Amino acid sequence: MERRVAAGVHVGKPRTRLGKRLAPYLLVLPGGLWLLIFFLVPIGFMASVSLQTGNLEEGFRQTWHFHRYIEVFQQYRPEFIRSFVYGSIATGITLAAGYPLAYWIAFHGGRHKTTFLFLLLLPFFVSFVIRTLAWQFILADDGIVLGALKRWHLLPHSFHVLATQTAVISGIAYNFLPFMALPLYVAIERIDRRVVEAASDLYANKRDVFLRVIFPLSIPGVFAGILLTFVPAVGDYVNASILGGTNTTMIGNIIQLEFLQNFHYPAAAALSFILMGILLVGIFIYARVLGARSIEEYV
Amino acid sequence: MSEKPEGRSIDPALLRGLTQRRISRRDMLKYGGGAVGLSILAACGVSGTATGNRSTPSVTNFSKIYDDGKPAGVLNFANWEDYIDVDSKGNSPSLRQFTKDTGIKVNYKTVINDNDPFLAKIIPVLQAGQDTGYDLVVLTNGGGIERLIRLGYATPLDHKYLPNWEKNADPKTKDPVYDPGNKYTVPWQSGFTGIGYNSKLIKTPPTGFKDLLNPAYKGKVGMFANNQDLPCPALASMGLDPNKATPDQWKQAADLVNKARGDGIIRKFYDQSYINALENGDTIITQAWSGDIYIASQPKSGGGDGYPEMKFVFPQEGPIYWHDNIAIPLHAQHPVDAITYMNYVYRPDVAGMMADFIWYVTPVPSAKDYVLTTLKDSTVANSPLIFPTTEDLAHAWQYKFFKTPQEEDDWNAVWQPVYT
Repeated sequence: MERRVAAGVHVGKPRTRLGKRLAPYLLVLPGGLWLLIFFLVPIGFMASVSLQTGNLEEGFRQTWHFHRYIEVFQQYRPEFIRSFVYGSIATGITLAAGYPLAYWIAFHGGRHKTTFLFLLLLPFFVSFVIRTLAWQFILADDGIVLGALKRWHLLPHSFHVLATQTAVISGIAYNFLPFMALPLYVAIERIDRRVVEAASDLYANKRDVFLRVIFPLSIPGVFAGILLTFVPAVGDYVNASILGGTNTTMIGNIIQLEFLQNFHYPAAAALSFILMGILLVGIFIYARVLGARSIEEYV
Repeated sequence: MSEKPEGRSIDPALLRGLTQRRISRRDMLKYGGGAVGLSILAACGVSGTATGNRSTPSVTNFSKIYDDGKPAGVLNFANWEDYIDVDSKGNSPSLRQFTKDTGIKVNYKTVINDNDPFLAKIIPVLQAGQDTGYDLVVLTNGGGIERLIRLGYATPLDHKYLPNWEKNADPKTKDPVYDPGNKYTVPWQSGFTGIGYNSKLIKTPPTGFKDLLNPAYKGKVGMFANNQDLPCPALASMGLDPNKATPDQWKQAADLVNKARGDGIIRKFYDQSYINALENGDTIITQAWSGDIYIASQPKSGGGDGYPEMKFVFPQEGPIYWHDNIAIPLHAQHPVDAITYMNYVYRPDVAGMMADFIWYVTPVPSAKDYVLTTLKDSTVANSPLIFPTTEDLAHAWQYKFFKTPQEEDDWNAVWQPVYT
């Protein structure tokens, strides 16, 4: 090995130096190209589409119609608000459910940790549309759960779960739980046990150990988990269309409708950009307030 | 509705649109400015058909399309789920027979879930002047098929290859408003939009659309989430012809549905999943397509879903009668094979074979005899959902036909907020 390197140096010294200088760029090249081709180009294309005017049959022309952004935002404001409310609540639920789960696996999982993690990931082996459809059947008004409870008169006959906000929010939380639990697990798992022991040695009770040692140290995981859950949750449309009713339409449903059903490409593109813009600004603020500081503390 | 569509020639606005498109459409195709060649190609393809098929229909050069009329031996057929006859092994007897008769091998693919999403997939390909990979597609009137025709993406049919259609097709389905003279399409199957209900839970049979607004069924009513099956019945219930109602009347009908929505009477606006909702008890009364309810009501042993309590009602104000049509997309590789197949399905025995499985309305009335005497299936032969009587059709309304894209946008602007 050493000899080969030496030989290389001997033969082409200047070239190696150049290679060394280029190395970081060469390493980033595949990823950079990937981003350029598959992210920047389509994004630029969609940005141009969002400022066109026309329809499928007469064609679309670039008119720089910036006002469209205001029009579609006003038209679909309720759906925007609803999406962010649902996304926030669902993220809160996954955090509340995912934290104890991750904590338990990390601290008490013992030698079965991998098994538990595998179980957590198991649902991913089935398409999430299929799993959501399964819930549609399970929770049907006269289905195996509600039907039975109604027959035993434990529930009033008019009771239903589907077609409610609760159903949609629970569906989102259910589908995105692993996105929250996994980063949490990684963060909690990395906590040095000696720090926890030291806290106990210094007379911290269990509550203080958690609140003042474990939880602060797991903040990076909380940060990553919220990010990974909240962003897709806000843009989700599958849960609303399968589990929802008349008043649960989210912005994702609207974008899908405008794009695939109405062929209003400009409106759909503008809506996507508004959603992306709000999310980016939100995440930026969130990262400044919580993310950066906590990561610094952690390091 | 046997009402004759007014004999409309080509709308000048439409022609203008078609010619304009050639230039502006290119913008859509410039993926990052790289594919200029592609867009020039697309422009050629579009302009060729736009002038060739539209402005001078009488001189369509069929020999250019169908050559010497010799099939290539392959047919790529894009259809909807459950829309052809299937035996216990999952094969289609009618397709097998077709291959036996003609030597044409059929690649049958059920890739169409919905008109517009399917069009959204094939239109960019057609814009690029390329073959979609399908020689036959099935699209519904009231949006899908009109779009394909208007964009100039349907191959004109040479009727000399369609003697069976000429002879056996239901005259009421010929020369429809959305394709005058059947220049580009022939019907595949038709169906009704009416009302489906659970007769175990609803004792007095519903009579019309107004029963869907009954507060007694609060939270248990299903309606369609699309811009034909919801608006047309609502307009019909007000005694209006969906094709003649004014924009003000559209709004009145929309308000009617909106009120029921606000009162919580409507549980949800469904896509094709409405039938599961009815079977699961999520809804007890719903807007419905005739064939689905028939399938739901038949015993499992007979290929149905086993819910005998599911019933279909022709609303007294008239059901909506829609048509799925077969067309050959532009640039199809095997047009002769496609038109040969179009002709084949208009044989009464073939139509009968398919009707006995599909359970929608066949465009070949004489298939009834075949179903009755050869297949000995009197249930199907006597069902008004499959072989409707003239009386059933007398009050039926057609899907709204959009004269211009603008009219479609205006209509959607009224209805979309109702069902989203």
